[in-house]
Amino acid sequence: MIEVVNLCKSFGDNKVLDNISTTIKKGEKVVIIGPSGSGKSTFLRCLNCMEDPTSGSIIFNGTDIADQKVDINIHRRKIGMVFQQFNLFNNKTVIENIMLAPVYVGNKMRKETKLSKKEIKAKAREEALALLKRIGLEDKADVYPSTLSGGQKQRVAIVRALAMNPEVILFDEPTSALDPEMVGEVLDVMRDLADSGMTMVIVTHEMGFAREVGTRLFFIDEGKILEDRNPKEFFEDPHSDRAKEFLSKVL
Amino acid sequence: MGSFEKKLEVFWRIFWEQGGYNSVLEGLQNTLIIAVSGLLIGIVIGTLIATVRTMPKYKTLPKVLNSICGFYVNVFRGTPMVVQLLIFYYVLLPLMEVKLTGVQVSLLVFGLNSGAYISEIMRSGIQAVDLGQMEAGRAVGLPFSVSMIKIIIPQAIKNILPTMGNEFITLIKETSVVSFVGATDLYVAFSYIGSNSYEFMVPYIVMALIYIVLVLVISMFIKLMERSLKKSDRSS
Ligand SMILES: Nc1ncnc2c1ncn2[C@@H]1O[C@H](COP(=O)(O)OP(=O)(O)OP(=O)(O)O)[C@@H](O)[C@H]1O
Ligand SMILES: [Mg+2]
Repeated sequence: MIEVVNLCKSFGDNKVLDNISTTIKKGEKVVIIGPSGSGKSTFLRCLNCMEDPTSGSIIFNGTDIADQKVDINIHRRKIGMVFQQFNLFNNKTVIENIMLAPVYVGNKMRKETKLSKKEIKAKAREEALALLKRIGLEDKADVYPSTLSGGQKQRVAIVRALAMNPEVILFDEPTSALDPEMVGEVLDVMRDLADSGMTMVIVTHEMGFAREVGTRLFFIDEGKILEDRNPKEFFEDPHSDRAKEFLSKVL
Repeated sequence: MGSFEKKLEVFWRIFWEQGGYNSVLEGLQNTLIIAVSGLLIGIVIGTLIATVRTMPKYKTLPKVLNSICGFYVNVFRGTPMVVQLLIFYYVLLPLMEVKLTGVQVSLLVFGLNSGAYISEIMRSGIQAVDLGQMEAGRAVGLPFSVSMIKIIIPQAIKNILPTMGNEFITLIKETSVVSFVGATDLYVAFSYIGSNSYEFMVPYIVMALIYIVLVLVISMFIKLMERSLKKSDRSS
């Protein structure tokens, strides 16, 4: 589904990703771990071209989306992203957060679908409400994000990504900014998502979750995928010295 | 004190009985029209410029646009409003063979001028919005322009509302220069009353009072607006 070919990324002289190639298949739950500053976020952000690769290709469903001539917006709609800091739109209510992109796209496709603006909005609202129900927050539909707890914000951010019916969702440390008591509720939503068959790429420090939910694990260090393994095997028997050292620190 | 009462009497006669209030009303109307439309034009221009100036700049087009906008802002912030009015009225428009009234030229120049100032205000307002807001917009597949319009600019406007209020008040006060291009404003109206009675003390006091009241009323409106915006943040 996503094929990464010879991906390199530098910020100035700082070479952050060093010739990474890999393929992520449909239905996989790839968890990414590694030391701070190793390039995990940068790798994830290259997958939907939030960072433009310095060189190399990101082939998503057959199209090289790293190509500047490609309309990246069309492809990003199929690649959801969830941020550490939630990044809900502060000026929109919870349900407006979820509806914004679907309504925009719906209005753009009006010529083909022959729907009225009203119908598009009503449909988006209905779907957004269903998503909120799924995470038990339908009573928060009309409040502003500033009134939500961190855990609630992140759950809304996840369904906001889901509202576009993406084929894959990227998570960058989705629980790192949360108070400990709220980590569980967010991981539960992600677990449900994993069970539903969604393809997921997750940068995380939650080793237990990585082992339990991941079907594949990347250990990234100094801009390279040092180990590409089954998570359970990795945690039992890390091969590289760097991974052993890393695990001894975090476990 | 008797002489002051006499001055009041003279003023009243010309202002009320001889219809001087008509030109005062016209002046007040022009002042408001020029300031309000100047502000609106300024907001549109300022927002466009601020958007260009906060765009990522690794392509040529944004770079070129950015330089043009920078030049525009420097020109309009670097010269007095009176000079801009005179240049437009007596140089640029005649050269382009466009005929506009004093009021039309004034609101055009006020718009262009406040556009330059508002662009700087707006730019700081945009920069104060968390970068993650734009990222989240782009990540769900909204183009840069749509993310800007739907997400960033509404938050930026909220950030800068108090400063915008000040800009509006500045515009109101600056309208006192439009008489240079033959537009009737409060200054012209009261000078007319003054020169008809050879007595300027009372007319100019009244003029000052009107400006003060205008500014106070506007400040009050801004306070109300800010308060209601804050409310929409917390409750419901
Ligand atoms: N926008 C940027 N400009 C310049 N340097 C950057 C930028 N983003 C990341 N870097 C640098 O790239 C390197 C890798 O950063 P990255 O955020 O990918 O690491 P990470 O593995 O996600 O770390 P962490 O676990 O702390 O989140 C770091 O040295 C960082 O300073
Ligand atoms: Mg990171």
